[in-house]
Amino acid sequence: MNVASRFRTLPETGDRVQFTLDGAPASAPAGVTVAAALLAHSGAWTRQTVKGAGRTAYCMMGVCFDCLVEVDGTPNTQACMTLLREGMTVRRQTGLRDLNGGHCG
Amino acid sequence: MAEVDLIIIGAGPAGMSAAAVAARGGLQVLILDEQPHPGGQIYRNVAQNRCKRGFLGQAYAAGADLVDALDHPHITLLTGATVWRLDKGPQVTWSRGGKSQTTSAAHVLLATGAQERPVPFPGWTLPGVMPAGAAQILMKTAGMLPKDAVLAGSGPLLYLIAAQMIDAGSPPQALVETQTFAQMLGASQHLPRALFGLPTLLKGLSLIAKIRKAAVPRYTAGSGFHATTTENGKVEFFFRAKGRDQILTCDLLLTHQGVIPGTHITRAAGIAHKWNAAQGAFQPEHDLWGATDQPGLHVAGDGAGIGGADAAAAAGELAALNILCQSGQLSTDTRNQRAARARAALFRARAIRPFLDVAYPPPAEILSPTDETIVCRCEEVSAGVVRQAIREGAQGHRQIKTSLRCGMGPCQGRMCDATLRGLLSEGKASQPISPPRARSPIKPIALGELAALSPPQEEPA
Amino acid sequence: MQQRTQEITIIGGGLVGLSVALGLLMAGQRVRVLDGADSDARASQGNFGLIWGQGKGWDFAPYANWTMDALTAWPAFAQQLRDLSGIDVALDQPGGYEFFTDPTEFDAFKAELAQQAIHLGKRARYEMLSGDDLRSQMQGIGPDVVGASFSLYEGHVNPLRFLRALRCSVQTMGGHVRLGATVSAIRPQPKGGYALVLADGETLHTEQVVLCAGLGAATLARDLGFNTQVRPQLGELLITEKLGDRLPFLSSTIRQVDEGGVQIGGTKANAGLNDHETLPIMSKLAHHAVTVFPALADVRVVRAWGALRVMSPDGYPVYAKSSMHPGAFLVTCHSGVTLAPLHTSVLAEWILNTSATPELEAFDECRFALSHAA
Repeated sequence: MNVASRFRTLPETGDRVQFTLDGAPASAPAGVTVAAALLAHSGAWTRQTVKGAGRTAYCMMGVCFDCLVEVDGTPNTQACMTLLREGMTVRRQTGLRDLNGGHCG
Repeated sequence: MAEVDLIIIGAGPAGMSAAAVAARGGLQVLILDEQPHPGGQIYRNVAQNRCKRGFLGQAYAAGADLVDALDHPHITLLTGATVWRLDKGPQVTWSRGGKSQTTSAAHVLLATGAQERPVPFPGWTLPGVMPAGAAQILMKTAGMLPKDAVLAGSGPLLYLIAAQMIDAGSPPQALVETQTFAQMLGASQHLPRALFGLPTLLKGLSLIAKIRKAAVPRYTAGSGFHATTTENGKVEFFFRAKGRDQILTCDLLLTHQGVIPGTHITRAAGIAHKWNAAQGAFQPEHDLWGATDQPGLHVAGDGAGIGGADAAAAAGELAALNILCQSGQLSTDTRNQRAARARAALFRARAIRPFLDVAYPPPAEILSPTDETIVCRCEEVSAGVVRQAIREGAQGHRQIKTSLRCGMGPCQGRMCDATLRGLLSEGKASQPISPPRARSPIKPIALGELAALSPPQEEPA
Repeated sequence: MQQRTQEITIIGGGLVGLSVALGLLMAGQRVRVLDGADSDARASQGNFGLIWGQGKGWDFAPYANWTMDALTAWPAFAQQLRDLSGIDVALDQPGGYEFFTDPTEFDAFKAELAQQAIHLGKRARYEMLSGDDLRSQMQGIGPDVVGASFSLYEGHVNPLRFLRALRCSVQTMGGHVRLGATVSAIRPQPKGGYALVLADGETLHTEQVVLCAGLGAATLARDLGFNTQVRPQLGELLITEKLGDRLPFLSSTIRQVDEGGVQIGGTKANAGLNDHETLPIMSKLAHHAVTVFPALADVRVVRAWGALRVMSPDGYPVYAKSSMHPGAFLVTCHSGVTLAPLHTSVLAEWILNTSATPELEAFDECRFALSHAA
């Protein structure tokens, strides 16, 4: 589902950071968390639970663990507690993580 | 690392205030905070926002002073540091950059703050539904504003966030508040006391005036919350108000029913907790200085009991003065003299609490949601399934956890403990329910990182 | 409150009590179970779910054979639970490993298994593997593993679903489970039967009583003239986040539950009733896991805890009939999961003293008096 972002970002001066989301190029202002970048990018789910329910970042402060995504190959990473860095590979998660990184549907 | 006299966990107003007082008093202070910058949640990113995002307001901006005071030779501030265990000593085990270590000190101040009270209702797990505080964090840390949001729930934070959104040029579509006129009336008996915190009271009134001036529609006595999403991702928010069913369609539904102390770390540290009936939450037991029943462990700020930023800063100061006294740096008399100002500030800051607690209580339907509502977000367990387990004999948090897995997910019960307590309390007017057990690691830790803590060689038998 | 006399009252609603209750219900008895409070020690809540036989009773033949009887009875038992409760306990008996990083320990265990095999005769099914053999058979085993033992009948169940299935089965069979009914004293009555004094002051009467109260049995055992003293033994555990793929083995120290998380445990310590997890053991368990299977290194622990085993003086079960008070029985063990099929079947025969009663004298508590005397 392509859902537009539920947020608008204030035009502020500063660098932008390039990253990839599910293989596609994306960018966000420097200094934001991965969760903020994802919420700015789209309003769609960023992880699917075991039962197939779509979730996005929720509490933004590290308490709820709904913002889990795969960052640079490490699954179940809290996006709201991870600062976005140049060249980061972010993948949305579906279902449980696998042993050697990645996840299965 | 140089010898540490005091470890402070949490760089919010309580932690920052305590650090400055302790450091100036001669103690070596280590502050550990899991966020990338100091400020806690209330002053999140305040030092980074000095010249921008003015819509966040003056009270917020003033928090930068606390951050500036951390620039002191006796203070070591480590951000991105997650504490995951406390041992007697006290000894703190923490993780930073994928590596864990333990640090001991004579005193540890737990100033880990509050979390939003979970607000469960059908649809609360959908994309597009978030706590109001989360939207505020996005404003503070990423300059992001909701395009078209409905604010729903109760409490002064709703008004603050609405006002900040208005000033930023993204007013909310509507405010749907759950407090009833009867509750406001019942709270009015606490207004005389609230007058001791007159500035705060006036500030609240000015926020409400701003919202009215912006012509944001307001509903009160709202109930029956539930949400669905449309094909293109919009949120449909259903509720009952003004005697009829209502629907609002929006991009973002921001909910809020007050904040509660984050007690995971204090419970895991073995500190005794008590139920604060007025605030509807557990908090660690402590004396007026923040000392607890565990040697060397102190608490201050919203993590010790909800009071707001000013109360937290005052409590941090009191805890630091007491720790200086216990460390032999101050006599009891000097401590008491120096504490007078902070004690007065604490009194004024807390004066408005009884009024707020009675005026904006969490509604029963949030504490005991409908059967179809997901209670445990991590394990996707609904209230109906929990009620069934209770009927089958689960008598406490532990048995619900072991039979249904509520609390076994990565959030470790942070999102569901409060609701489970509400469900367990149904139909039991006076049965006391103990706080659920919390164990380390209080945040997940990789096996490799945990393994690296052990000595490299096994000792010979 | 009505004080109807039940035929048999089971004190303790954990794995052992519920299993015994189920067996007696299936034998046609009227059964009531009195269970304690949520905050009681409740060893069953910490059970690992293992169905395990390796090395058990290597120096005590009756236990070796009793355990083997249980292992082979599990499949039918799981089916029976499913029929009665509708709950699938997720029984999996793929065979299990013990992994060794210390050659001395490996050799010592090899000797124990050889001894155990003598007791088991034809039923013994195990093999010892060198580290290299193991690594050639199974991908992902770490280089520091020097060897492993493998036994064919080992398995596991979902421990908490198992507890629920027992509870539901007992209820389906007409047993009455009363919760929050901690028994503080048992008073044998002069004309037979027992008065059970509850902690809240209420007194219930019963004709026969089976004490299955685990760690809560200390004073109650003495009330019935038993001498056995059980003590708590702490085992610490780690549980990880759920994984979508499966570990290629089942081990008594590393086991993946059906929902996907990996449980790591197997330590033993005497800490009284203190079930707190400790940092050195947590780290040691993590070290063991990543040594055996290095791919686990970036898998996160989501919680650690301690659980108390119910240990008799020699670690073997106690099945005792009170000589002083007929109709009073003591049942205690630390392998409530493994032995459950027998507790639900032949133990009922033993309690009811039918013609099919098994030979359980070896497990009587008089063996402690004998060893004291020796």
